[in-house]
Amino acid sequence: MIKNISRFLSNLFSSIFKRRRSVKLGLYGPTNSGKSTLANRISKDWLGEEMSKASKIPHETREIIIKEKIEVKSKGKTLTFNLVDTPGIATKIDYEDFLKYNMSKKEAKQRAKEATKGVIESIKWLDSMDCVMVVLDSTVNPYSQVNITIIGNLAARDIPVLVVANKIDIKKSNIKKVEDAFPQYDVVGISAEYGHNMEDLYNALFKIVK
Amino acid sequence: MITLQFVPYSELIKLTPVGRIKKILDIAKENKIVLVEGRLKPSEEAELIQRTMEEVNKDFKGIELCTIYPESKNGDTIDKLKATMLNVLIGNRRGLTIIGPATIVKEIKRDPNKIQLLTNNLNKKKRRK
Repeated sequence: MIKNISRFLSNLFSSIFKRRRSVKLGLYGPTNSGKSTLANRISKDWLGEEMSKASKIPHETREIIIKEKIEVKSKGKTLTFNLVDTPGIATKIDYEDFLKYNMSKKEAKQRAKEATKGVIESIKWLDSMDCVMVVLDSTVNPYSQVNITIIGNLAARDIPVLVVANKIDIKKSNIKKVEDAFPQYDVVGISAEYGHNMEDLYNALFKIVK
Repeated sequence: MITLQFVPYSELIKLTPVGRIKKILDIAKENKIVLVEGRLKPSEEAELIQRTMEEVNKDFKGIELCTIYPESKNGDTIDKLKATMLNVLIGNRRGLTIIGPATIVKEIKRDPNKIQLLTNNLNKKKRRK
């Protein structure tokens, strides 16, 4: 309640004084859904450079990464925002899972430790987002509690959300299932890796970033 | 052997939000599956995940979490109104929250119509030690 009031007052003051602070567009989602790949795609499309390290190993992103002043142009309109790539949210982290990726025990333990901090950071940053793209892997079941918790928290904070069903280039991708799971939100199917359907994503962004 | 512990709404409502999370997490850390009457608020779910991450160590790997909440899929206004009134009258005790330690619960699979709780093969783990 207090957070909502402070958000309302902050929006009110910024609109009164017309001093538009930078819009923070967050990329949230579970691990390995392709948030960093999407962050790189957007950053490369509009700034010509990547911003995050993406890999198949879970919890590759363990710190918040921000790329400032990304200017997206579509249909004669321009949108400027700071893109915030966040560590994937998980409810469990086992260092033994990282051993499969040829890591030493020491490296795996260190990664697990950093990953737990990353999850905490992601959740803390929720409050400072102006709008969020929830990036989901469209090849896996969208009804996971992490997805529901992320979207529930964004809804409770009244933060605009765009659901991104990523990895549509993979055969078992199922955008319909993502749409059915979150019928109250716009869902855009993309392949961040290959850049499929990015135009639709940018158009949808104009609807949520205000 | 798997132990389930039921936590009634009446027990949680007496506690502060931080106290509720602590209680749930303390039970999960005893390697029990917690069944909470009612649903945690989204902010409490996020807090639970944060607290869980703070507690992860070599013995406690985290949790599997699932909330089941009866809600009208087609957005029926009367159903929503009924649900809101019920919440006002009896508190947020509709639904069920399942929290299991990750060492015991491998996965909670949720589909719109069913929930499956898959456990780890504990004997196999013991043998490996």
